[in-house]
Amino acid sequence: MIKQQVKSESEPSTEQGRRRSMADYLADNVKAIPPSGIRRFFDLVSGSKDVISLGVGEPDFVTPWRFRDAAVYSIEKGRTQYTSNAGMPELREAIAEYLHGRFGLTYDPAKEVLVTVGASEAVDLALRALVNPGDEVLIPEPSYVCYSPITTLCGGVVVGIETRPEDEFKLTPAALRAALTPKSKVLILSFPNNPTGAIMTREELLPIAKVVEEHDLIVVADEIYAELTYAGKHVSFASLPGMRDRTVLVSGMSKAFAMTGWRMGYACGHPEIIAAMLKIHQYTVMCAPIMSQVAAIEALRGGMEDMERMVESFNQRRRLIVQGLRDIGLPCHEPQGAFYAFPSIRHTGLSSEQFAERLFREAKVAAVPGNVFGKGGEGFLRCSYATSPTLLQEALERIGKFLQTL
Amino acid sequence: MDDLRLKILELLREDGRLPPSTIATMLGVDEKTVREAIADMEKKHVIVKYGATINWSKVDDDKVTALIEVQCTPERGRGFEKIAERIYLYPEVKSVYLMSGAYDLLVEIEGKTLKEVASFVSSKLAPIESVISTKTFFILKKYKQDGVIFEELNGDHRLAVSP
Repeated sequence: MIKQQVKSESEPSTEQGRRRSMADYLADNVKAIPPSGIRRFFDLVSGSKDVISLGVGEPDFVTPWRFRDAAVYSIEKGRTQYTSNAGMPELREAIAEYLHGRFGLTYDPAKEVLVTVGASEAVDLALRALVNPGDEVLIPEPSYVCYSPITTLCGGVVVGIETRPEDEFKLTPAALRAALTPKSKVLILSFPNNPTGAIMTREELLPIAKVVEEHDLIVVADEIYAELTYAGKHVSFASLPGMRDRTVLVSGMSKAFAMTGWRMGYACGHPEIIAAMLKIHQYTVMCAPIMSQVAAIEALRGGMEDMERMVESFNQRRRLIVQGLRDIGLPCHEPQGAFYAFPSIRHTGLSSEQFAERLFREAKVAAVPGNVFGKGGEGFLRCSYATSPTLLQEALERIGKFLQTL
Repeated sequence: MDDLRLKILELLREDGRLPPSTIATMLGVDEKTVREAIADMEKKHVIVKYGATINWSKVDDDKVTALIEVQCTPERGRGFEKIAERIYLYPEVKSVYLMSGAYDLLVEIEGKTLKEVASFVSSKLAPIESVISTKTFFILKKYKQDGVIFEELNGDHRLAVSP
C-alpha cells in the first residue's frame, strides 16, 4: 500500500491535474534567494576522512557540564512545558543583568528583552519587524550569510557595503555615506565579524552613529561574538549616546558559552520594536525550548569563569594561526575578534573557490572560500581556529606544503 | 607568581611537549622570555617533572593501585615530616599527602599484583613504629585522571563546515 502511494506521488504532475511545474508553486521571493555557497562546499567536504577542518563555525568546546547538568536536572524535574512567549522571566532578568554588567547596557527585562531560538531567529524577527518591500537594508560585507537572504524574503533591497582589508575590514563612515539613498532604512552591524574577525572600537563606531542619526536609520547589531574580543573590551553599539533606542541588539549563547546546539539567542531594544518582534515570534515558534532556557540561566549566572577560560584559549590559538599563516606566506591581517582568520590568497592567482577546492583535494584541509560571505570576500579564505593547537599546526604545515606546489 | 608564568604552567600541564616557540606565539610574547621563565621554574622546582598520563588499563601489563589511609602519632617538634619521609622513600609509593580529617597521611601505592601491594602494607607500612592504623582501598577503575576522561565517548561531533 505504502509503496503504491509513494509511486503515485512521483508520477507526472499532469495526471494529478496540476498544470504548473513544482517550481511554479514556489514563492517568488524564495526563488530569488541564491543557494548557499557554504552548503555547496559542505557537500564537497562532508564524509571525507583524514581531513582537518578549519571550516567550522562553532567552538570546539562541549557545553560546560554545569550548564548541561542544569538542563538535565530540569528535565528530570519535569519542566517540559511552554514558557511565556518572550522567554522565562528569570532568563530575561539574567540577560539584562549580564548585559548591564559586561557592556553597561540597561534593558527592562519585562518589555525590552526577547528570548529567541538562536540569534538567527532574532535577526529574522528584527528584519521582518522593520523592513517594508522596497526598503533598503545596508549590509557591510564580507559578513555572515543570513542577512541578505532574510532581507530578500522581507521584500527589502540588499545594499552591500564592501569593507576592505586596508581598513582592517571595518565599516568606514565614508563607505556608509556612499551607500545611502532616500530608501535606506536599516543598517546591519555585525562586529566582531564573521568571517573577517574585524572589530570596531568606540572611536570607530562614533562617526557611524553620527551618520545613523543624520539619516534616521535603525541598526540591527548582531553582537553574537561580543565576548570574543581580544583587543580591549567590546563596545556595544547600543551603548553609544543616542543609539540605544535606534538599535536592536542581537546576541546569544552559542559562541562565547559554547552552546550552539541549544539555539539560545535574544534580542533587546525599544519596547515597540520588541513587541512587534514578539508578535511574529509567538505565531511562528511560540517560545524557545525550556531546557535550553534553563541551561542559559545557569550559564549567565554561574558560567563567567568557564566562558573566560574558553575565550583565553581562543586567543592563544588565534595568535598561533595568524603567526603560522604569515610564516607560510599568506598575508593575514590581525583578526581581533570571533574565531576566524581571514588570510588573502590573491597572490596565488586562484579564485577563493578554486583555492579552497584544491586545498581540500590536494592537502586535505577544509576552509571556507571567502566569496560566499558576499562583497569583498573574493581572494580570501576563512580559517576557523576553533581547533586544537596540534591540529592547527598540522593544518598550517599542510597548507604550507600545498602553497609550494602552486 | 605573575600571570605569564601561570599561563605557561597551565599550557604545560595540558601538553608538556609544547615547544617554547609555540607557547611564546600563543601567549603573544617572545621565545626568549618563555625559555627563561621555564628554565627558572625548573630550577626552582616549580616544574618538577615532565611525564605522560597513561591509561594503564589498556596496557597488557596492568598495574594495581591502592590508596591507604594511615593514622599515626606525630613526633614532638617534627610533626609528620619524619614519618612521611620513611614512607615516601619506598619506590612503590607514588604519592603521599598530609590530610585534614579522620586520618593523617594518604598514601598511594602501585604494584604489579594485589598480593604485592597487600604484602607491602603488612610488611613495610604497618610495622612502622608511629603508625597506629592503616586502611587499604584498591582502585577498581580509573574514570578520570589529571583532568582527562579515559573513556571519552564524545569525539568532535561538529559538522565539518558551517557558516
